Amino acid sequence: MRDSHPLARLLADPASAERVRDWTSIFSMARAQSLLGSLAWRLEGQDLPDKAAVILAVARRDHDTARTQSLWEAEMARRALAPLGVPIVLLKGTAYAAAALDAGQGRSIGDLDILVPREALGEVQAALLAAGWEWVKEDEYDDLYYRRWMHELPPLIHKERDRMIDVHHTILPLTARLKPDAAALIEDSFILQSGLRILSPPDMVVHSAAHLFADGDMAGGLRNLWDIDRLVRQFSMEPDFWNRLRERARRHQLEAATSRALRLATHLYGTPVEARLAGPRPALDMFFERRLLARNGWGQATRPILRFAFYVRSHWLRMPPLMLARHLWTKWRRPKKPVSHV
Amino acid sequence: MRHRLDLRIGPVTFRIGSDWRAPLGELARLYALYPEPDAIADFTVRLEAERIWRRWIRPSVGIRGDYILPDASPLALRHGLLAAEMAMNLQLALGQRSFLLLHAATVERDGKALLMTGESGAGKSTLAALLGERGWRLMGDEFALVDLDTLALHPFPRAISLKNEAISLFADAPPERLGPLLENTPKGRIRHLRPGADAIARMDEPAPLAAILFPRFGRDFERAMRPVGAAEVFVRLTQASTNYIALGERGFETLTGLVAAAPAWGIDYSDTDTAVALVEEVSR
Repeated sequence: MRDSHPLARLLADPASAERVRDWTSIFSMARAQSLLGSLAWRLEGQDLPDKAAVILAVARRDHDTARTQSLWEAEMARRALAPLGVPIVLLKGTAYAAAALDAGQGRSIGDLDILVPREALGEVQAALLAAGWEWVKEDEYDDLYYRRWMHELPPLIHKERDRMIDVHHTILPLTARLKPDAAALIEDSFILQSGLRILSPPDMVVHSAAHLFADGDMAGGLRNLWDIDRLVRQFSMEPDFWNRLRERARRHQLEAATSRALRLATHLYGTPVEARLAGPRPALDMFFERRLLARNGWGQATRPILRFAFYVRSHWLRMPPLMLARHLWTKWRRPKKPVSHV
Repeated sequence: MRHRLDLRIGPVTFRIGSDWRAPLGELARLYALYPEPDAIADFTVRLEAERIWRRWIRPSVGIRGDYILPDASPLALRHGLLAAEMAMNLQLALGQRSFLLLHAATVERDGKALLMTGESGAGKSTLAALLGERGWRLMGDEFALVDLDTLALHPFPRAISLKNEAISLFADAPPERLGPLLENTPKGRIRHLRPGADAIARMDEPAPLAAILFPRFGRDFERAMRPVGAAEVFVRLTQASTNYIALGERGFETLTGLVAAAPAWGIDYSDTDTAVALVEEVSR
C-alpha cells in the first residue's frame, strides 16, 4: 500500500472490510497515525478474519482503559483548579471522551489539553505546580518562547502520574496572523456535570479545523480529519448548525481552515457538509490530501518533499519571517541532546 | 520495504521489513524450524536507513516499527541481527496489550513454570538458557506473557541473547543453533542461541506459575536462598512490567493474582552449578 487511502476508505465504509487483503499494512498505517482505536470501533460487528478481529478487540479494550485514565487525569486537574473558580474548558480527545461524543469512540488521547482565560494563567500555573505538576523543559529559551509567543504554557508533567497537561489560553499561537476570539470560546462553552467545560459544537469544529490547517505541519492529520468527520456528522443533526458554524468560523477568522476541513472530510470520508460553506474545491486541496495520506503500508512517512513544504508552511503560519529566522537560528546553535540506547 | 521476513514466536507474529538483505538472512537461519507465521502480523518491525545514503555509506540500521522510541540509536549493519532483536522487543514492550508483559525469563518442567526476574545483569537470561539445556523447557529468556484471564504463562521462546562471559558456556552447542558472534555492540559481545527443539515445538503450550525467583549473580556471593514477601514481589514485578499501567485495573488484578498464586525466593549464586542446584531445590 503506497499511501493511506485504503485506511481512509475503511473508516468511511466499514463494509469494505470484506475486500481487505492486507490487514497487516492497514494496522501499521493505523498505528502510525493513532487511528487503530477509531478503526476498531468503526469495524465492530463486521465479518473479519479471526486474527484481525482479535487485534481490534484488544485495541478496543485498550482504548477503554486509556479513556478511563484520561478522564481521571481531567478530574485531577479539576480538583487542583476548582478553588480558583475559573472556567476550565477541556479540548480535543479528552473533551470528546468526557462528553461521550461519537468523535471520542476509540479516539487516542495523549496529553490533557485545557483552555483557561488568559488573565487566569498565572494562578492556574501556580495551582498546578502546587498540586504536583512540574515543568518538562528546563531550557530558558524554550520557556521564554512559549511565554512570549505561544498560545499555551510550556508543557507540565505530573510527577507521580507521569501525564502531561497543556494549558492553552487561546487556540492559535499569539504570533499567528489569525486571531481567534478566545473569550468567546469560553463564553459559549458548555458546562458538564463534573463542572468541567467543553467548547460549543461549532467552536469544537472550528478548533479542530484550526488545529489541522492553521497550525502545525499536518502530522497526525488523518486522525484530526476523522475527528472533524465524526463531529460534523453528529452536530449537523442539530437545527441551524451550518449557520452557527459559518458565524463562528468568521468570528474566529478561521473560515478558510473550516471550509478546507469540510471539503477534505467530504472528499476522504464522505462527510455530509453544506456545499456553500465548504466552497468549490481549489487545486491546492490536492496537496493537502496528498500530505494527509503520505504514509505507506509499512507505516513509513512518504513524500518527503511535500512533508518538508508543509513543515515550512507551519512555521510561516506561526510567525513573521524575521522572527522565524531568529527562532531557528537559536534552535540550530543549541547543542543536540545526546541519544541513548533502548 | 525491499526485504521482508515474517516470524512467529509463541503467540506473536512479526512482519520484519529491511532495507538490507543481510540481517534478514541471519534471522531466517537463526529462526529456521519455527512454525508458520500467522497471515496477519501482530506487529511490524522496520530496519531502515536513517538517511537514504546510509543504506550504502557507513550503513546504519535504524530501529523502527509500529512503536518507536524516538531516541533509540541506530546500530551498525554488522550488528543488524541485534537491531532486529531490539526492534522486536520494543514492539512487545510498547505495544503488547493482550498479556501482562513481564521482563523475566521462564522455564517449565512437569507442567510447572518458574518465573525469574531481576535487574539487567542478574543472570536470568543465562540461567534460563542453562536450565533449557538441562532438562527444563525454556519458555523465554526475555519476556513472560501472563494470561489476563487464567494467569498462565505463555511461552515467548525467541533466540536467546547471550552476552559476554555467558557466550563461552554454550560453546559446545550445535553450530546451527548459534548466530554470528557480534563484537563491540552497545551491549558488549553478543551471540544468539536458538532454543532447543522442544522449546520451539511446544511454544503454544502455556503453563501455570509454580514459583517466582529473583536470581542475583556475583563472583563473591555466598550461596543463599531467602523467601520474599508478597508486597515486595508485587512492587518488583510492577517495575519489571512494561504494560502494567497501560492495562489499568486488569493489570492490577492479574499481577496481584500472580503474586498470590506462587511463593517467591531470592537466590544468590557465584557459579552456574550452584544456580541450577538452587533452582532444583526451589522447585522440589
